[in-house]
Amino acid sequence: MSAPPSPSPTRWFKALKRTKSGESCMKTCPVLCAELLNRARAAHRAGRAMKESFRHAQLEAVVRMMQDHECDFVDALGKDLHKHRFETVMLELIMVKNEALYAASNLKRWMEPQHMDRTLATSLDEGLVVSEPLGVVLVVGAWSSPVQHCLVPLVGAIAAGNCVIINPSEISSHTAALLLRLLPSYLDNECYHVLLAGTNDLLEIIDLKFDHIFFTGNGTLGSKVAQVAARSLTPVTLVLGGKNPCYVDRQCDIGTTAKRIAWARFQNAGQTMVAPDYVLCHADVRDQLVQALRSSLNQFYGSDPRESCSFGRLVNVETVKRVKDLLWKSGKVAIGGQVNEAEKYVAPTVLTEVVETDPIMQHEVFGPVLPIQTVNSLDEAISLIGQQEKPLCVYVYSSNSKVVSRMMRETSSGTFCANDCVLQSLMPMLPFGGVGSSGMGSYHGRHSFDTFSHRKSCLLRGTRIECVTYLRYPPYDDRNLSLMTWASSLSQKGQGWCQIL
Amino acid sequence: MSREQQVAERTRRAFLTGRTRPLKYRVSQLKALRCFIVEQQKDIAEALQKDLGKTEYGTQLYEMLGLEDEITVALDHLAEWAAPRPVGKTLLTAMDEVYIQPEPLGVVLIIGAWNYPWALTMQPLIGAIAAGNAVVVKPSEVCTHTAKVMEDLLPRYLDKELYPVVTGGALETQELLRQRFDHIFYTGSSTVGKLVMEAAARHLSPVTLELGGKSPCYVDKDCDLAVACRRITWGKFVNCGQTCIAPDYVLCEPAIQDRLLQEMRRCIKEFYTDDPKSFPDYGRIINRRHFQRVKALLEGSMVAIGGDSDESQCYIAPTVLRDVKPEAKVMQEEIFGPVLPILPVSGPDEAIRFINSHEKPLVLYIFSSSKKVIKQMIAETSSGGVLANDCLVHYTVSALPFGGVGHSGMGRYHGKCTFDQLSNLRSCLIKTLSIEVINRMRYPPHTAEKLRWARILLLTRLRLGRLRQLALVALLGMLAAFMYKRFIM
Repeated sequence: MSAPPSPSPTRWFKALKRTKSGESCMKTCPVLCAELLNRARAAHRAGRAMKESFRHAQLEAVVRMMQDHECDFVDALGKDLHKHRFETVMLELIMVKNEALYAASNLKRWMEPQHMDRTLATSLDEGLVVSEPLGVVLVVGAWSSPVQHCLVPLVGAIAAGNCVIINPSEISSHTAALLLRLLPSYLDNECYHVLLAGTNDLLEIIDLKFDHIFFTGNGTLGSKVAQVAARSLTPVTLVLGGKNPCYVDRQCDIGTTAKRIAWARFQNAGQTMVAPDYVLCHADVRDQLVQALRSSLNQFYGSDPRESCSFGRLVNVETVKRVKDLLWKSGKVAIGGQVNEAEKYVAPTVLTEVVETDPIMQHEVFGPVLPIQTVNSLDEAISLIGQQEKPLCVYVYSSNSKVVSRMMRETSSGTFCANDCVLQSLMPMLPFGGVGSSGMGSYHGRHSFDTFSHRKSCLLRGTRIECVTYLRYPPYDDRNLSLMTWASSLSQKGQGWCQIL
Repeated sequence: MSREQQVAERTRRAFLTGRTRPLKYRVSQLKALRCFIVEQQKDIAEALQKDLGKTEYGTQLYEMLGLEDEITVALDHLAEWAAPRPVGKTLLTAMDEVYIQPEPLGVVLIIGAWNYPWALTMQPLIGAIAAGNAVVVKPSEVCTHTAKVMEDLLPRYLDKELYPVVTGGALETQELLRQRFDHIFYTGSSTVGKLVMEAAARHLSPVTLELGGKSPCYVDKDCDLAVACRRITWGKFVNCGQTCIAPDYVLCEPAIQDRLLQEMRRCIKEFYTDDPKSFPDYGRIINRRHFQRVKALLEGSMVAIGGDSDESQCYIAPTVLRDVKPEAKVMQEEIFGPVLPILPVSGPDEAIRFINSHEKPLVLYIFSSSKKVIKQMIAETSSGGVLANDCLVHYTVSALPFGGVGHSGMGRYHGKCTFDQLSNLRSCLIKTLSIEVINRMRYPPHTAEKLRWARILLLTRLRLGRLRQLALVALLGMLAAFMYKRFIM
C-alpha cells in the first residue's frame, strides 16, 4: 500500500474522514463515534470478540501488522517526530509486538477461571473467579509515543475479549492516519475501530458511554475525562505525566550513570513520559556529572546534534516555544541551549544552578532539557521529591544499596528504577501506571488483561447441608448464635465462615 | 477553614509522619479495633436497635462476626501481603531484582452506608489500616446513634489523628468531598456514587464504589424448591429487605410459581410468625421517605403474600408479588425493601435475555441442580458476582473479591483485595551500574547491528521453567550415563 500523497497533515486529516466507499463524510466526530460505538456494541452483544481462538487470531494479526508495515511506521514517526528508525522499532513496534506475543502465549491461562483454594471449611462449595470482558473500551493515545499508547492498551483489551475504539492523537497526524488505514486490513472490522477526534470532541465522545476509558495524556485533560466518565459511572485508567525525579548519589559510577540518564532524557527529543525530568545531584559529583553528560552527548549525537539523524525534533512550534521559555528562565545553560523554531529543534541541553522556584522545576519539561539541582544529602533530595506531586517514576543512581532502599521507602511513585531509566516501563511482567497526579490504574502484560476484564466472583453451593445452615434462620436465639460463633472461630483460618451460614 | 478541611489536613500531617508504615503499628491498630468490637458490643447493639430496630442477634450475625473474621485474616496475612512480590524476568533483566512493592496510598476517605453501618464502614477500614493508610471515616448520618457511638468510642481505641470519625449530613459530606484524598471508598446509591466519583476526579483520586442495583434471582424448575425458598426468603427479608445484595426480584417458569409461593408463605410464617409486626426479629424500613417509596412500588402489581403496612411504625409486611410485568412500577428501580416480585419467564434463555436488557447488577442468584444451567447463566450474563443455590453468603468469603460492575460499582474488596485496592502497587526494577556492555546497543548513534541485538534481547522471554526442565533432563541424562557406565559396562 502506498503512502497517501497529501503533504499537509491537516489536509490529510480532513481527507481521511471518508466512509469506506470513498464518499466525503460531513459527519462530526461525536456522530461518527456514536455509529462506531453502536457497531462495536452490537458486535460485543453477539459475542463476536469472546472466543479464545478469535482473540488469538486478532493478537497475531497485530504482530503481523507491526512486522509487515515496519517501514510505514518508521516513515510516519519520522515525519511526526523526526524519530530515528532505531527508536521507533525498539521503543514502539517491538513493545507492541512483545505485548501481543506475551498475551497470545498466556491467553489460555489468563482466561481460565481461578479456583479458590479448598480448605476443610470450604470443601462443600466451589468458589471461582471468572474473567469476563467489560464491553466496549475507548483508548485515547498521546502523541509522544503514538503507536505504543494506542496499541499496547488495544492488545490488552483484545486479550480480555472487548471491542475497542482507539483514538490516536491528531497531533501525531501521520501515525494517526497510518493506524486508520492499517487497522481495518488486519483486525475485525466490527469489533475494532479507529476514530480520529481532537481534544475538543473528546469529552462529548466520552459522554456516549463506554465500559472503560483508557487515557494517556496530561493531568488537566485527564481530570476532565474522569469527571465526564463519572456521570455514567464509567471506570477509567489514566496514565498521566509528571516530573520524574532522578537522584544521583556521590557513590556511583558517574560515567555509566551519565550515559543512562542521557539516553533516557534525550531520546525522542525528551518527549517521553518515563524520562527523568530533573536531576538532584549530590554536590560532590555535580561537576563530574556535567562533564560526563557532555561526553555522552558528544558520543551520541556528535558535536552538532542538529546534524545527527539520531536526535529527534519537537512535535510542533508551540512546544518549542514552551521549552525555550522554560530553559531561558531557569538556572544556567551548561550544555546546549540552541533553539531553532523553524526546524522545531532544541539542542540537548543541561542546566545547572537550578532552584526549586525556577519555572523549569514547576512544570513538566517534556523536551530535551535536563535541569540539575544540587543537593547536599539524600535527606534533602527525599524532602524535595516529597514536596512535588507523586510522579510516574522515581529514579536513583547509587552503588550503595542503603541509599537505594531509602529512596524507595521514603518516596512514592507509580514505578521505581535504580541505576537505570525507562526499562521498568518496557517489561510486560511489571504493571505500569501512575499514582496520585500521575494517574490511576495500570497496564502491561497480565495487568492489561485484568484492567480490561471484570473479575466476577462465583460461589456455587449445594443444597444438601440444610442441617447446618438452619442455624442462621430466624427466630434468632442465644444457643444458635453461640454455636455459630464457635463454628466461625474454627473456620476462620483464611477462607470465611459462610459454610456454617 | 471548615472543620472538614481541618480534619483532612490534620490526617494528612499524621500520615506524613510515617508512623503507619511499620507493620507492627498496623497490627497494633487492628488488634485495638478488634478490642473495640468485642468490648463495646453492648453499646453497638443498643445503637443499632435505636437506629434500625435490629435485635442483638441480628447485629452479631450480620455485622460483627464478619468484622472479626476480616481482622483475623488481615493479622494472619499482613506480612505476606505487604512483602515485595517478585515477577518473571526477561533476558534483559535476568541479573536484576524485579518486583512489585505494595505501599500505602495516603489518606483514604470511607463513606459508610446506613443499612449495615458497621459492616460497610469498618470492613474497608480494616483493609485501609492493613495497607498502612490514614483514614477519615464518615458514617452515614441516617443512623444517628451508631454514628455517635463511632465518633465517641472509636477514638478511644484507634489513633485519633490517623483515623478520625467525621459525622454530619449532606453538607458536611459535600465539604469533605471538596478536600483531596488519595482514595475514596463509597457504599451507597448509584446517584450519589456518580457525584462522589466526579468530586474525586477533580483531584484525580481513584474510587471504589459499592453501589446497588436490581439483583435478579433465577429459580430453575429443576431445583430443590423447599430449600431454595428458605434461602431466598431469608436473603430477601433480612434487615427488612434493605441489603444491597438482597435478591431484588425472582424469575421463574409459570409452572412452579404457585409452589414457590406456597413454600415462601410457609417460610415467612416459620421465620417471622403469623404476625411479623409484633415479632422482634423482623425489622422496619429506615424512615418515612423510604417507607412511602417502597409502598408506592406495590401499585399495579398483584399481591400474593403480605402487602399490609403501618406508616406510624414504618412497617411493611414480608410481601411477595406474583405475575409481575417488566413494565410494572416495582421493576423500575431497586426495591430495597421487603417486597419480592416474581416475574414469569419461559426458561433460562428468556431469563438471560431479560437480565442482559437491564443494567449489570451487583449479584446474580441462580437456584438450580443443573450445573449446565448454572454455567450457562454465568457465561451469558454479567454481574458483580454470582451465587448459586443460596443468597448473601458469598459476601462472607474473604477469598472471593466482592464488588460491582457497570452501574453496580467499580473496584473490589474483602480480604487481600481490600489491601490491594487501597495500596499503591509500585513496580520496582533494581539494576546495577555494571554490565554496561549490554546497554551499549541502545545508545546512539544508532546502527543496524545495534538494532539486531536489541531485537534479540527484548523479544526473548526467559522461560525459567523451561530452563529448569532442560537442566533437569540434562542431569538425568548424565546420571543415566554414569549408572550405565558404572554398573552395566
